[in-house]
Amino acid sequence: MKFILHATTEITSKPLIAEVILETGTLLNIDRADVKSSGGEVVIDVDQDRYDIVTAAFKKRGVTITPLEQPIIKDDDECVNCGACISVCPTGVISFNDDWTVQMEIARCVQCGACVTMCPQGALMVGK
Amino acid sequence: MSEKTIQDINAKIADGSVHVVTAEEMPGIVAELGADGAVREVDIVTTGTFGAMCSSGAFLNLGHSDPPIKMQKVWFNDVEAYTGLAAIDAYMGATQLSETRGMEYGGGHVIEDLVAGRSVDIHATAYGTDCYPRKLLDTTVTIDDINQATMFNPRNGYQKYNVATNCSERTLYTYMGTLLPDRGNATYSAAGVLSPLYNDPTYQTIGVGSRIFLSGAQGYITGQGTQHDPTNNFATIMVQGDMKQMDPKYVRGATFHGYGTSLYVGIGIPIPILNADIARATAITDADITTNVLDYGVARRARPVLRQVTYEELKSGMIDINGKEVTTSPMSSFHDARAIAGELKEWIQKGKFYPTLPVENLPNTGVVFKPMKQMGEQPSVADVMAQRVTTIRQGLTVEDAARAITEGNFNHLPVVSDEDKLVGIITAWDIAKAVAKSKRDKLDDIMTRNVVTADASEPVDTAARKLELHNISAMPVVNKHSKVVGIITSDDISKLVARR
Repeated sequence: MKFILHATTEITSKPLIAEVILETGTLLNIDRADVKSSGGEVVIDVDQDRYDIVTAAFKKRGVTITPLEQPIIKDDDECVNCGACISVCPTGVISFNDDWTVQMEIARCVQCGACVTMCPQGALMVGK
Repeated sequence: MSEKTIQDINAKIADGSVHVVTAEEMPGIVAELGADGAVREVDIVTTGTFGAMCSSGAFLNLGHSDPPIKMQKVWFNDVEAYTGLAAIDAYMGATQLSETRGMEYGGGHVIEDLVAGRSVDIHATAYGTDCYPRKLLDTTVTIDDINQATMFNPRNGYQKYNVATNCSERTLYTYMGTLLPDRGNATYSAAGVLSPLYNDPTYQTIGVGSRIFLSGAQGYITGQGTQHDPTNNFATIMVQGDMKQMDPKYVRGATFHGYGTSLYVGIGIPIPILNADIARATAITDADITTNVLDYGVARRARPVLRQVTYEELKSGMIDINGKEVTTSPMSSFHDARAIAGELKEWIQKGKFYPTLPVENLPNTGVVFKPMKQMGEQPSVADVMAQRVTTIRQGLTVEDAARAITEGNFNHLPVVSDEDKLVGIITAWDIAKAVAKSKRDKLDDIMTRNVVTADASEPVDTAARKLELHNISAMPVVNKHSKVVGIITSDDISKLVARR
């Protein structure tokens, strides 16, 4: 299961992720990390059964958590099923069905936005 | 040998006994029955393609205002159309950009909005004449309010197209989409097995006056498309059709990030199966169609060909390019190409569409796609670069560099190794920063290691674009052994432009 950590500048200097890994004894996969002067945003992937423990540990440290339920949104009225998005996706989220419609395995999405930029029809949007 | 005429076929459409298949079904039929058998069995093969076709546009006639105006300039939703025609005729091109929204919205989107029935704001200006006194016009219309809205596309339906990849170190934004660095992906276009022109590659049934499916309307081929190149199987067609009859599903404005706008157009051509040669041609498969993979990292007319691939390989989703497995994706929609071939098939079966033979076939030979005749020599980097360059050895100090720069009266100092290879660059600004931070010892600590360089033989225009993209004012010019042979600055380029 994926979720987004939102950390303010006051706490981005602390080794938050390492602390949570040690405290919960859980393997975390960092899909994407974006730390700016305004704060940090990290997408983390964790096994479903450890989700509650891990997110609780982050919350205790002042981090805001958003579950990544719909990481990428496709507007089916705009999509023409060209598939241009397929080759720019770094995690192989997008592929063709047998009938050449575009399908998305959104569990693998890390919200990098490459497909949004690529789409000639403006049919894709990063979910909030 | 079986043969039939277009009249035979059209009579069968009229009495409902016509047999139509799509180009995807045909290879199996020819394999089973042979070409002669297929002529007896099949009357028409339908094709289809749906993709970005930049050389597309629309003639729009707005009707006369009162008092009348001879539009000198006109904008539709802030996108300018061409008005060098009679008073209220205009041509809206698909790649013209909005003057307020830039690449997000362009001529292709205006055409989509009109076909979809959405209202469009018109602003026109004029110089005023005795017969057309009005100088300014603002109005809002839908497609129903104007007279003709004729899609007229000078180059559509490429028989096949090149595959684009990128061997450079930078992400490129092109009309073939985003191309990731170091062969990060490959994009391709055209429908392969369903490609209209590839199903009749000698154009026996295709030419001026061929009735076609054009974005949901019944349109016509008006001639060979611009850049028509039958010799290399890059044939193209010029087409026109009534936008008021079109299906908005098949008229879609598009934006290619960093490149601009275009229009997705849907084309389906019916191929009447008059004889065995034509039947055999329509049995083509993706495996039979080969195209070149080009390196778009080289911004020259002749881009290097990296390999040949078939459409079958491309559609598998992965191809090998110089030892790397590269993900492919189409820029055109095979799903919709298939829908178009299917829709055209249904039109014919229901007696709504009768194919025609051309009054003049597309030329099959003797057409040469020429490069541009350019006047004068195109200056290369070697023509404008400074050949005398002061360099500094790696390992020396900031102070040594400062001395070299002040003595030489320049801003950029390439740093070279003991083997004379370029390893970095120092600017006067770097030295000022180093002094401010009291980092005066080794050059290595303050130099830029990832140096943008030029090649002596490259055109000045590509060098200028590199300076602009990297926001720098000079580049060392190096040979293939990374030895510095010159330096080119934005000043050198400005002087050249002033001379022109």
